[in-house]
Amino acid sequence: MANFRLPANSRIRRDGKVFKAPAGAKKVRTFRIYRFDPDSAENPRLDTYEVDMGSCGPMVLDALIKIKNEVDSTLTFRRSCREGICGSCAMNIDGLNTLACTRACDDISGDVAIYPLPHMPVVKDLVPDLTQFYAQYASIKPWLQTHTPAPADGERLQSKADQEKIDRPSACILCACCSTSCPSYWWNSDRYLGPAALLAAYRWIIDSRDEATGERLDALEDPFKLYRCHTIMNCTEACPKDLNPAKAIAEIKKLLAERKN
Amino acid sequence: MRPRPLSPHVSVYRFQYTMIGSFTHRMTGIGLAFGLIVLAWWLAAAAGGAAAYGDASAILGSVPGKVLLALWLLAFCYHLFNGIRHLAWDRIFGFEKREARRSFRVVILAALVLFVALAWFLFFRGTGVAP
Repeated sequence: MANFRLPANSRIRRDGKVFKAPAGAKKVRTFRIYRFDPDSAENPRLDTYEVDMGSCGPMVLDALIKIKNEVDSTLTFRRSCREGICGSCAMNIDGLNTLACTRACDDISGDVAIYPLPHMPVVKDLVPDLTQFYAQYASIKPWLQTHTPAPADGERLQSKADQEKIDRPSACILCACCSTSCPSYWWNSDRYLGPAALLAAYRWIIDSRDEATGERLDALEDPFKLYRCHTIMNCTEACPKDLNPAKAIAEIKKLLAERKN
Repeated sequence: MRPRPLSPHVSVYRFQYTMIGSFTHRMTGIGLAFGLIVLAWWLAAAAGGAAAYGDASAILGSVPGKVLLALWLLAFCYHLFNGIRHLAWDRIFGFEKREARRSFRVVILAALVLFVALAWFLFFRGTGVAP
């Protein structure tokens, strides 16, 4: 059920620290960042960092790294590739889930508010616990399943047209921006698989080489796993790779409906 | 180790057209379900004779009654057009972001136009429920 209020241990304290910009800073930008220290007994808080953008890279991730390097080394976040292909730095920036490395500070007006991915257990600061998210991905069996023996003289081939069907869904980087933007996932993440796992499921359902299509559809025919999607479209709006999980889910629903006839 | 806190969700997520459309669809759906009870009550009153029907008409024809009827009418108009939008989605039509944004605007506009037209017809032409 939808619970709009945060649990008592998760409510954000108002007395966060403020880190002023250094004297002589030319172009100051204010970042309000969610902080949670698992080693203290305190609730999460919002810290305020004033960053001199004159000596900072353009992306939100650049600002986070600058803060960690020069202002507050305790600030914790995940990052790796800094070019939108690893999905590590997914977080809620300016009210929307996206990758910090591909979100430009200049595209945000006013102060930059940064929170961890929504409705997730927080390990520390901007680092959410993605254990369940990965388990849900694993549950859709994201690998090629076949019953027939592979051709003796080579690989299982597919046509260019068949390849193009899985081209876009395969580009998912599992950053979790979509699933954690979905209100249905917020309220039912224990039973609803969420857009990321369902997009992956769709990718294997429509793979011309996969021979477990029926079993895959059987596994999704469930009031919660699939049908908690109410086509809100937050997932598609959030996807930093411009993929369309909402459409993939609708395609699965359509395949299930057509199968009944 | 103490239990991990839950990261904020509705309180921080931007209330963009996606959530507004979905939330409104649900709220209007719930409102219309209550409206159906009133409709059933009004029909029962109509079947119950002139006195019962007169009482029901008086209540629905009062100012608060008319306000509620207008709200139900507005809810009906939105729910109708957004329902058609959902049917289109079920046929895998209009899933691109640009299309979904545009169809939301069309739904709002169409709902308002139908509401104004029906409200004028029902409330000011005197052909509606109210006496």
